[in-house]
Amino acid sequence: MRLTLHQRQIIWAYTFMSVALVFFVVIRWYPTLLAFNVSFRDWNVFEGSGPWVGFENYQEIWEDTGKPRSSVTAAFSNTVRYVLFGVPSELILALSIALLLAQIRRFSAVFRVAFFAPYVTSAVAVAFVWNWLYQPETGLLNQALDLVGLPSQPFTKSPEQALPSITAVAVWQNIGFAVIIFLAGLQQIPGLYYEAARIDGANSWQLFWRITLPLLNPIIVYLSVLGTISYLRLFALVQNMTPQGRGGPLKSTTTVVLEVYREGFSSYKMGYAGALTVLLFLLILLITIIQLRFISRRVEY
Amino acid sequence: MSTSVEIGNEAALPIAEQFAPARGEGRRPFGWTVGIAYFLLALGGICMVTPFLWMILTSVKPAPELVNFSFFPENPTLQNYANVLNTSSFERWYLNSIFVAAISTACVVFFDTLVGYTLNKFEFPGKNIIFIGMLGTLMIPTEMLIIPWYTMSVNWNWHVGYAQYWGIAFPGVITAAGIFLMRQFFDGVPNELLDAARMDGMNEFGIWWRIAAPLVKPAIAALAIFNFIGNWNAYLWPLILANSREFYTLPVGLSFFRGESTTHWERIMTAASLASIPLLIVFLIFQRQIIKGIALTGLKG
Repeated sequence: MRLTLHQRQIIWAYTFMSVALVFFVVIRWYPTLLAFNVSFRDWNVFEGSGPWVGFENYQEIWEDTGKPRSSVTAAFSNTVRYVLFGVPSELILALSIALLLAQIRRFSAVFRVAFFAPYVTSAVAVAFVWNWLYQPETGLLNQALDLVGLPSQPFTKSPEQALPSITAVAVWQNIGFAVIIFLAGLQQIPGLYYEAARIDGANSWQLFWRITLPLLNPIIVYLSVLGTISYLRLFALVQNMTPQGRGGPLKSTTTVVLEVYREGFSSYKMGYAGALTVLLFLLILLITIIQLRFISRRVEY
Repeated sequence: MSTSVEIGNEAALPIAEQFAPARGEGRRPFGWTVGIAYFLLALGGICMVTPFLWMILTSVKPAPELVNFSFFPENPTLQNYANVLNTSSFERWYLNSIFVAAISTACVVFFDTLVGYTLNKFEFPGKNIIFIGMLGTLMIPTEMLIIPWYTMSVNWNWHVGYAQYWGIAFPGVITAAGIFLMRQFFDGVPNELLDAARMDGMNEFGIWWRIAAPLVKPAIAALAIFNFIGNWNAYLWPLILANSREFYTLPVGLSFFRGESTTHWERIMTAASLASIPLLIVFLIFQRQIIKGIALTGLKG
């Protein structure tokens, strides 16, 4: 039997994709379904099964949120606060840095390397270095405050300052990525637009608000979606910057993923942890949809 | 790569010129705005570099020097490095990290490129479903899959002995994001070229391997670099899967220094330096390509 060219192409296509198809079914989609399944069971990871308990895990999470000093409530409210503090500060700082970098010619590469270096560094190493910088007496930051006559700060040691302190580290680590993307975006804006606007008598402020910002809008949406997802998934920094990796002091820094890890892999309450991951998934989905709807609405060029 | 990017670049003036003062305002060679830009960037640059510098400086200080404040070590020593290397398994963790990152990067480069090519250049029934099926996995956070993956690993004994290498690597051997990136880059490869090779009797695998893939080498290099960095720094999954010290990757091994935080900061900074300096050196060597690659792939995504 002779196959037509098109038939042979189909066979080649499926041959090329065969391993990937198996991978996506077995390593991605099956585990996704299993994750929902786990959340409805009293799952035992070593048996790979567990009795069906319906919504009991979710109910337990709901009841836990009502308890005083509840880890779950702290985890969800902290996670939202990380996003609300982290994403806007990261985007505003990154855009400012990118605009400054666009002004200069010399040493531009040196600055880009400096801003990007933390992004390629392991979050665990970053967590340790900043913990050392934040130390109450021997830490460099408090030494510097002392030098200029300001009172020393507890940073990660106080329930009030710990979360903003860790957010600052996350911004420090992630900002380089946003700077590079913003800079690339600025370079794609045709210089003609600026020249034309200048001929019409626009000042630099107007150029920024009327040309730069609107044309960067797709990039702002892209970075805020990516940024939000990464702050919602915060784990390594928090675990390695808090005593015994528990998201303290007084649960003031714990996150959803940290609670998933602790419930699932320290207490082996897999069903409960599984239900938390499903809630995290729904939270990510919801926030992403809201962002895509509301922020991208303004792109009408 | 694709024509749209080239057109964008042609139309754009060099970035510094877009933001230079307009002709009417006079063209000073070194205006005060540029001076302020350099000043602010230098300030930011110091904030980015100081933590790294402080990490390295602390690592070469003898323990007693940590309490009396001096920025530079008075008696620099490499004793901390000898101590940390003698009392931990850092050499093994380096090998593990290199091995795991290399396996997953090799697989990602091969499969993501092949599947991206197939999705771009072939017509076959079920293409849309497969496309959406792969794209859809991007919405699922990996945190939701860790309990199912762990269950599967226990089931198939990937959490013991040398199988742990595969256990750590398997979730990342094919990536949806990489497939879509490569699919877009193959737009730049003209179909006529592939047809000509077909006329000459080359088989489809040969056409991909010898003609199409070499044309997108820069994109493949970017994909490989990001995957390597991502896998090298991966934390949550290796932490869960690796159950014996000899199979920790660098970030996981490093995280166990957390317990020493109250006493031995010089040891912790030494460990952090050991874990982060190799990749920082790689980054410094390839900084141009890496930053260019980030900008290129980030804008495509």
